[in-house]
Amino acid sequence: MILLDHVTRVFNSRDGDQVVALKDVSVSIDANEFITLVGPSGCGKSTLLRIVAGLILPTMGTASIGGVPIREPRSETGIVFQAPTLLPWASVMDNVLFPLRMMHRIDSTSADKAAALIKLVGLSGFERKSPQELSGGMQQRVAICRALVHDPDILLMDEPFGALDALTREEMTLELLRIWSERPKTVLFVTHSISEAVVLADRVMVMSPRPGRIVEIIEVNVPRPRGFHVEGDAAFHDASRRIRELIFGERHVGPGRAAA
Amino acid sequence: MSVQAAPPLERRRKPPAAALSEVVVPLLATVAFFVLWEGICRTFSVPAYLVPAPSQIWTDTIAIGPAVLGHTMATLKTVLLGFGVSIVVSLPLAVLLTASPAVASTIYPFLVWTQSIPKVALAPVLVVALGSNELPRVVITVLVAFFPLVISVATGLMSVPPELLELSRACRASKWSELWRIRLPFAIPFIFAGLKVAVSLAVVGAVVAEFVNADSGLGFLIVTSTAFFRVPVAFGALIILSIMGVVLFQIVVIVERVFFPWSSANAQVSS
Repeated sequence: MILLDHVTRVFNSRDGDQVVALKDVSVSIDANEFITLVGPSGCGKSTLLRIVAGLILPTMGTASIGGVPIREPRSETGIVFQAPTLLPWASVMDNVLFPLRMMHRIDSTSADKAAALIKLVGLSGFERKSPQELSGGMQQRVAICRALVHDPDILLMDEPFGALDALTREEMTLELLRIWSERPKTVLFVTHSISEAVVLADRVMVMSPRPGRIVEIIEVNVPRPRGFHVEGDAAFHDASRRIRELIFGERHVGPGRAAA
Repeated sequence: MSVQAAPPLERRRKPPAAALSEVVVPLLATVAFFVLWEGICRTFSVPAYLVPAPSQIWTDTIAIGPAVLGHTMATLKTVLLGFGVSIVVSLPLAVLLTASPAVASTIYPFLVWTQSIPKVALAPVLVVALGSNELPRVVITVLVAFFPLVISVATGLMSVPPELLELSRACRASKWSELWRIRLPFAIPFIFAGLKVAVSLAVVGAVVAEFVNADSGLGFLIVTSTAFFRVPVAFGALIILSIMGVVLFQIVVIVERVFFPWSSANAQVSS
């Protein structure tokens, strides 16, 4: 479904230097596959996401969705950012409807669709609340609804749970798995958390910085449905260990090190 | 699944005692100030042409009450016209300033230029150019009041989180709906901060204009009454001007609270 073919992206930094954010990235992603991207800061994860979103173009190589090269944002893609970035003046319902308004695709069924999504993330009864009345986790749920309201086939998530506390984060991870099983989509999910990456993904793309490139793509053969109980699973353990090796190198990986 | 509601961010209701002290204490302080003023003037027999006592300001101003009312209305008209035109001028200017760096660097020198000219010096020139009527007064008022408004609106338009602009682009929204649905609403708290400054400056601008060119208005009243050593009347005009400034400022505050409650709520959270 999504095909990146030798994608390189170079940015001109302010002092005139050229920064290679992504170098020679090639990957093929199937429809309804859940891909997570892990790697240290500055490895081009967000750049890759924005290329798929059509917000920036590759300097070299091609990115395509369903065989069509990505030249501009397409309306069938949903995006969730690290910060919920809700509109402070609009209710939960209006925030969820916001993309439809911007796309002039609002109609009589929109409110029902939005209400169904709000119910799906467990926020029924909060439709008329304003974002300031919600906790961080609840705001991020609203942001997820906003990304799903136009029923996109691709969902791009840029460290969506990065700003949440550890407990809310686990809860949201499971929540996302449930949403994804109910409404299958191709998901690209950027994270710094190795356990989060493994629990969610069909395949984990491990990236390295300067220049950003894919080091390895790891298949996670843990059966679904998953939860954090799979952390005891041998396949989970192997995958996490491999990712940690790739990111930190052999010397940092002790046998008793907890997944972070 | 369980969702914990965040503690409701209800605007903190002040206990009645605190609310009372918020109103009563400043009021008492003001009364005490005037009593002290009156006392000093009487005790030391300060001549009225230097510093008149509040009682004399009151009697002298009331004595020409209808005239003072006329002057007040004239000034208020200039202030409101100038303030209105400032808003009408500032919003599109701020949008232009933030539209593109090229446009910004074209307009910016002119803006700074209008601000570097002393308005008092400009006033007589404008009277020659525009005639001796309301127009030059409004123009002066606008020149004094509009600049902070432009800057705060422009700052507000640029304060939108970049993710929201990306979201807007991802929705393939037009620049117009980005401005209308994202940038302008986000700028509301900044716009009101600018309006509060602008409305106070509009009073200053109107008086400056009246000093130079007017046959009515509180600025005119101050100039003419001091020329004839009717200092109590000048003081009366000063007090009316300060009350006008405070009332107009409070009106802006109330308009923000009533029509954009989330804006003042934001301001409370961030302050």
